[in-house]
Amino acid sequence: MEIIKPFIQFLAVMFLSPLLLGVINRVKALFAGRRGQPLCQLYWDLYKLFMKTPVYSRTTTWVFKGGPVIAVSAVVAALAVLPFAGRQSFLAFEGDFIFLIYLLGLARFFTVLAALDTGSAFEGMGASREMQFAVFAEPAFFLGLAALSRVTGQTSLAGMFGTLTSATWAAAAPVLILLTASFFMVLLAENSRVPADDPNTHLELTMIHEVMVLDHSGPELAYILYGASLKLWLFGALIACMVLPRGGSWAADTAVFLLFMVAVAAAVGVVESVMARLRMIKVPYMLITAFAFSALALIFQMGR
Amino acid sequence: MLLLLFSFLILLGSAALALCLSGNPRRAQDAAAYGAVAAAAVGLVPALNSVFTGSTETFAAAWPVPLGSLSFSLDPLAALFLLPVFVLSAFSAVYGCGYLAGSSKPLGRAAAAFNLLAAAMMLVFTAANAVLFMLGWELMAASSFLLVLFDHEKEQARRAAFIYLAAGGTGALMLLAAFCLLGAGAGTLDFASFSPLSGAAAGAAFLLALCGFGLKAGFIPLHVWLPEAHPAAPSHVSAVMSGVMIKTGVYGIIRIMGFLHPWQEWWGWTLIAVGAVSCLLGALFALAQHELKRVLAYSSIENVGIIMMALGLGVAAQVYGSPALAALAFSGALLHVLNHSLFKGLLFMGAGSVLHGAGTAELEALGGLGRRMPRTALLFLVGSAAACALPPLNGFAGEFLIYIASFRGLNSAGPLALAGVLTGLSLAAAGALAAAAFTRAAGTAFLGEPRAVRAADAHESSPLMTAPMFCLALLCLAAGLGSPLMVGPLSAAAAAALGSAEAEVYAAVPLIYVSAAGLILAAVGLIAAAKRGFFLHGRSPASGPTWDCGYAAPTSRIQYGASSFAQPLTDFFQPILRKIGRYPVISEYFPAKAAFSAEAQPVFYNALYTPVAVRLRELAYRFSWLQHGRLQIYIMYIIVTLIGLLLWKL
Repeated sequence: MEIIKPFIQFLAVMFLSPLLLGVINRVKALFAGRRGQPLCQLYWDLYKLFMKTPVYSRTTTWVFKGGPVIAVSAVVAALAVLPFAGRQSFLAFEGDFIFLIYLLGLARFFTVLAALDTGSAFEGMGASREMQFAVFAEPAFFLGLAALSRVTGQTSLAGMFGTLTSATWAAAAPVLILLTASFFMVLLAENSRVPADDPNTHLELTMIHEVMVLDHSGPELAYILYGASLKLWLFGALIACMVLPRGGSWAADTAVFLLFMVAVAAAVGVVESVMARLRMIKVPYMLITAFAFSALALIFQMGR
Repeated sequence: MLLLLFSFLILLGSAALALCLSGNPRRAQDAAAYGAVAAAAVGLVPALNSVFTGSTETFAAAWPVPLGSLSFSLDPLAALFLLPVFVLSAFSAVYGCGYLAGSSKPLGRAAAAFNLLAAAMMLVFTAANAVLFMLGWELMAASSFLLVLFDHEKEQARRAAFIYLAAGGTGALMLLAAFCLLGAGAGTLDFASFSPLSGAAAGAAFLLALCGFGLKAGFIPLHVWLPEAHPAAPSHVSAVMSGVMIKTGVYGIIRIMGFLHPWQEWWGWTLIAVGAVSCLLGALFALAQHELKRVLAYSSIENVGIIMMALGLGVAAQVYGSPALAALAFSGALLHVLNHSLFKGLLFMGAGSVLHGAGTAELEALGGLGRRMPRTALLFLVGSAAACALPPLNGFAGEFLIYIASFRGLNSAGPLALAGVLTGLSLAAAGALAAAAFTRAAGTAFLGEPRAVRAADAHESSPLMTAPMFCLALLCLAAGLGSPLMVGPLSAAAAAALGSAEAEVYAAVPLIYVSAAGLILAAVGLIAAAKRGFFLHGRSPASGPTWDCGYAAPTSRIQYGASSFAQPLTDFFQPILRKIGRYPVISEYFPAKAAFSAEAQPVFYNALYTPVAVRLRELAYRFSWLQHGRLQIYIMYIIVTLIGLLLWKL
């Protein structure tokens, strides 16, 4: 049983992650006084897209077709080191979070190249902004993980979250609160949610992630949407593992964890409903704030 | 050692043969290339043997030069640096045959200089006497100077060569001073007889060596020659210069550190500071360049910075009493030396292929080469991914070791924690900037629509050029997956040369996991690709113009270009980059044709070196009364000096 648990967790993530976007949309609908789309809408969308025949621009090369495949593979591979309910996945090793950050980098690299492959003005615009915000988001995320490593004295994700208990929270609450805030901001930016980006915008000039995938269709678009939902899960799970108390049975922890994931999605939906998106030139400041939170957390921890 | 000598003689012999055959450029170049490949095949045997067995071979003979001796030593560190010399010079020589085919230049002389450069680098890495080392060092500088001047009819190349010469000369002077300090106690300049220094003398020797070797390694602020000289040379020479030659500086610093025990605290911090600044600014400047080869040159500065930073972390760890951490950092630095030479060689060859096929490497004039040069595009993308340290390629492995070292530093007490944070954070930030720089370079050159006629007429390069690139790309992948095998030998090499500890046996375990996860990634990728094939089976995807939100008349000019892609970031970092832009001002309702330009400036050259050079020249003019141009007066100066020396010695 112990051996197959990581695989069950892995499959659960693979299967459940599209649900998060459904939750976000329902929360937003609730705020807007609408009924909103079904919770499982993304599953239907994915099914529909997989069944469709794509259209390819005559400008594009293999990069356009291969980009989404590589990007989704990178995120799936990142799930192999991502803890689930504070328990390790089937790969855990020293420095695995570095591997995770660089896998996300690989996904971004090919998403951006696939966008540039179309030769479209709008997609180039999105690609440029994506790389710009990554320059600010990555150090913030990295420094946050460094602070977490310093708090727990561990150098692997499973180790960090495994040693994080309510006693740690009692001892280092300010640090961990700062880190949670920083990770949440990085989550919003990396998953192109409001206030960094608006997935529902109808103006290509102001889009970031959505505009990069304008030309994709069919199975490639399905891969992109699925990869995005996995990425949202990934960041949500990091926050959940940090915040949640543990110590119960696997089943109990898993149930609490899944509930919390829904709560993270709901929080994203609430933020999206009550906030306007930032002006494009203000987004770096938000990410620099996240960086400052991470840095403060690290300084507090080193001075303790 | 005998095989190594044989390989050295092959290089010299083929260089001489190429000179003799210079009447027939084609055959001269072929002869030199055969020589380089044969020398590599012969030389790799002892080098690999030494790296993997840890054995040291020495050879010594008398040499009637004051303070000199013909003493050579092939220890694991030297062997490690010899590996890229052989691999890259062989591949580059083959590539050069295709690259320069049809050129009307004196190819025989260029090919001879190329083989001489490889031979000189062999000499530098194996010399165990300072005089011999300096001989190799200057031979290397001279032959590469000639190669930078290959396109001497271009003013830019002449300027680059001159700056290069000045930098090389300054560096050599500092090295002479450093070696004199080290050998002051003994009557000879053999490396083995260097006596340990202490206090201020050791600090002075460290600083002199750091600056002298730094001028070759090209970290900021000693880098000004690098982004001029590397792009000016023919691309296969740039590959060797960026891939291997700048590593002679790194090698020199490691060697000298081995003689300077006990290390002082501030050395580690200096190395970390220099490395962090280089890797951050190198990546940032790479983002602002408009020429493909200049982008790559600045990326080399970034990577040298990463290596220096890892060395600094190792030195700090050693000083603060964490030998295990130091071993990890040193192995990471050495692993990155090897990896950088592979992917940077590949990238420069790719840039050369672009230059050859499209006639220009200006990013704003390229585009859409992926359809016209598919093999070059694929190989360049592999190189770019490796340069951005994306798993499972080799760039990741070295940086990963450095990250692990920095995190272990972070979790230890005292100042080492700060060193760890600084290293890791700089590495992460530079990585994000490098990713932006390389998506920009690869995206604007190879993807989208051609921005100029020449790019539209581009042709794929010959197999003579793409085959070496293909081999290097395969090596990048193999080195990425096989990196766990290298940790042991690398840390042993560093330990032997630096007197530090060897890494624990299980230090490679995280890398084994990374390789395994890389295989998982490849498997997932294959499954995803197969699934896509399954869904598309039996259907014929439609093709059309790029949708572009319904705009029906797209032209290549509405694409994002290199400057627009980088504009948000370059604007943000304008205080550092100081790019000069000319922006059109629209004042009428029907504006006329407008043009926009933005140009990155060589900031350090303009703000640091030019003022200093102007001051120096003013100072020199004050002494112009000494210079009359009359032979008699100069002879008088000599006589007066000699008499003065005589009196002093009496």
